[in-house]
Amino acid sequence: MKELKILAVVVFFTLVTYWGVEPYAHSVMHKHVEFKNFQYEDLKPITAKGDAAKGQALAAACAGCHSIKGAKMPAPMDPVTASATYGVNPPDLTLAGAVLDEKYLAHFLKDPVHTAMVAHKFKDKPYPMPSMATDDQSAADLVAYFKSIAPEEVTPKEAYEFACGRCHEMRYAKWTQIGEEPKTKPNIQTKMDEEKLKFDQKLAQYKDHMVKYLGKLPPDLSIIVRARSEDFLKTFVEDPQSQLPGTAMPRVGVSKEGYEKVFQYLEEVGDPSKPKREAVGPWVIGYFILFTFLAYLWYKSQWKGLK
Amino acid sequence: MAHFDPNAKPFSHQWMNDRLAVDTLKRVLSTEYWIPKNINFLWAMGMILAATFGVLLISGIFLLMYYIPDTQLAFDSVNHTIMGEVGYGWLWRHMHGVAASVVFLIIYIHMFTGIYYGSYKRGRELIWLSGMLLFVTFSAEAFSGYMLPWGQMSYWAGMVITNLFSLGSLDFQGLVEWIRGDYVPGQAFLGRFFMLHVVLLPLAIMGLIVLHFGTLRIPHVNNQDGEEIDFEAEAEKWKAGLRKESKVIPFNPVFMSKDVFVLGIYFIIYFYLVFYHFEFAMDPVNFDPADPLKTPPHIYPEWYFLWSYEILRPFPKDPGLVAFGFAQVIFFLLPFLDRSPNVAPANRRGPFKIWFWVLLVDMIVLTIMGKVPPMGIYTTIGTIAAWVFILLWVALPFITKMEKPIRGQK
Repeated sequence: MKELKILAVVVFFTLVTYWGVEPYAHSVMHKHVEFKNFQYEDLKPITAKGDAAKGQALAAACAGCHSIKGAKMPAPMDPVTASATYGVNPPDLTLAGAVLDEKYLAHFLKDPVHTAMVAHKFKDKPYPMPSMATDDQSAADLVAYFKSIAPEEVTPKEAYEFACGRCHEMRYAKWTQIGEEPKTKPNIQTKMDEEKLKFDQKLAQYKDHMVKYLGKLPPDLSIIVRARSEDFLKTFVEDPQSQLPGTAMPRVGVSKEGYEKVFQYLEEVGDPSKPKREAVGPWVIGYFILFTFLAYLWYKSQWKGLK
Repeated sequence: MAHFDPNAKPFSHQWMNDRLAVDTLKRVLSTEYWIPKNINFLWAMGMILAATFGVLLISGIFLLMYYIPDTQLAFDSVNHTIMGEVGYGWLWRHMHGVAASVVFLIIYIHMFTGIYYGSYKRGRELIWLSGMLLFVTFSAEAFSGYMLPWGQMSYWAGMVITNLFSLGSLDFQGLVEWIRGDYVPGQAFLGRFFMLHVVLLPLAIMGLIVLHFGTLRIPHVNNQDGEEIDFEAEAEKWKAGLRKESKVIPFNPVFMSKDVFVLGIYFIIYFYLVFYHFEFAMDPVNFDPADPLKTPPHIYPEWYFLWSYEILRPFPKDPGLVAFGFAQVIFFLLPFLDRSPNVAPANRRGPFKIWFWVLLVDMIVLTIMGKVPPMGIYTTIGTIAAWVFILLWVALPFITKMEKPIRGQK
């Protein structure tokens, strides 16, 4: 019994220390931001009912800058040229209706710079994305069109590439801002990999344009799930200014489901051992429970009649 | 001239005994190494530390196969190659990281057990001193290991800690540059800390562990009442079959059987942490690659250094360094600052009882204040706690001098 009391004292002081340096200290260091469940409550609900056919006609104007591969519209420029013109490569719009929040998308089409919360970066220069809808009706029509062309199923990887991948590379998944790293091989004679060098040159140019546009290179997201808490990531994506005032990161406007897809991908790449931990953990702990039980029997047999 | 039996078969018992004295070794180090019976599970912490060091060594060897000590490649070799590409690399890394953190918890429990029961006095001074040397080398080992993933916290903690060697207003920039091998942490810095972490310091630790065990052999382990035991007389009783009457037990198998049981419980908790709760040992900030152009908003050491960091922080530059230096060496002096002849649990030692619990609580307060940002109330609490720490040690010789001898003790 005395040993249990001693154990209680040790456990108590250990837990107080843990509480102090982990949950408590982190609650002091990181400001608390309320999570709003990707509801975008600052944006008024759009009541107009959209017509996909009318939206399709309006979307022809989008194709001047964007590709819509789902509707067989190719990109007007390659990513590097596009980044020279716009700062970053405009996204392919096939997944817009699937990954983005409907209300957000409608407001973004009407007033991009304010909806994306990047007005502070564009005080004396125009935002590359112009307003594409003059009223709620045309915005709703476009949204209806994008929803009509969006695929039923979006993979986590596709959601990531659409929502984050043109600014954030993910080198552990071989993803760059201009697409996947090509599988190349160096020349066996010269030991030089010309294809790779060409690709790297393009990537360097793209990054250069992006840094001029955004002020700094956005971070690689390979292991962002280990570097930032889950809570930080969702509140930051929902409203970047709330966590990092002045950041160039726009409010992307992902829906709740869209974010879940993106996060799933971040976790798959950034924490690939999670399923393995869950599979191996119980066996290792089970082994030590058995070990301890046998050790207890040994201990009892050795200490029998000693006291 | 020793006698070698020419008829003994190679590697037979007799043959080995002639050459290695295996029977004597076994007796001296194991079956007739006497341990007091009157102990509790806190006496198993030494074995737990040895086992944890073993875990660190083995997991470290596996990590070493894939780690690349190059500022361009180190981060990805840890976070991509080891964590994602090598089979069970994640397991070795999480085991290494969690063990590195937990080992300090056990060290502190081990130290405070020694302080509480007065196990640093009456022939046991060298046990304490060799243990403190181990604490210092473990600290250096932990710090150098923290540099290796070359994340943001590696880089900036390396910057801050090496800066301490400018010694405040003495402004020894040359010394700092000599330690770093560069003006700022870079390749030379990473290379030498890698060497320290994987070669020099582990060697020193292994040597010191042997010394620590050696210092223990003659004075023997203390017991729950600080009772002075005549180990030879008690051993005779045991050997005569008076297992109940004897105050001692042999290290092997009786003491070991309990140690192994406690070790089992420890490993259940340890592996629970490894699989389900490793975040506390792997700071998120270090999952951002080192960036000399971007200082993290909060720079703090790992939890086990926080108390001494907090003794540095609340004071102006030079007094802060002096206080920090004080905190680093003062534990070494414990056997000499404690002027009381009593070897007994702190709760029977009058004012020392209060001293012990205040020290424990104060160090926990310092630890927590060392992590939170130094602002407002935290600065005040931290400053008070730092002063309490210093004053406790200044007061120690006086309060122990006043202590009354406990009946039955010289």
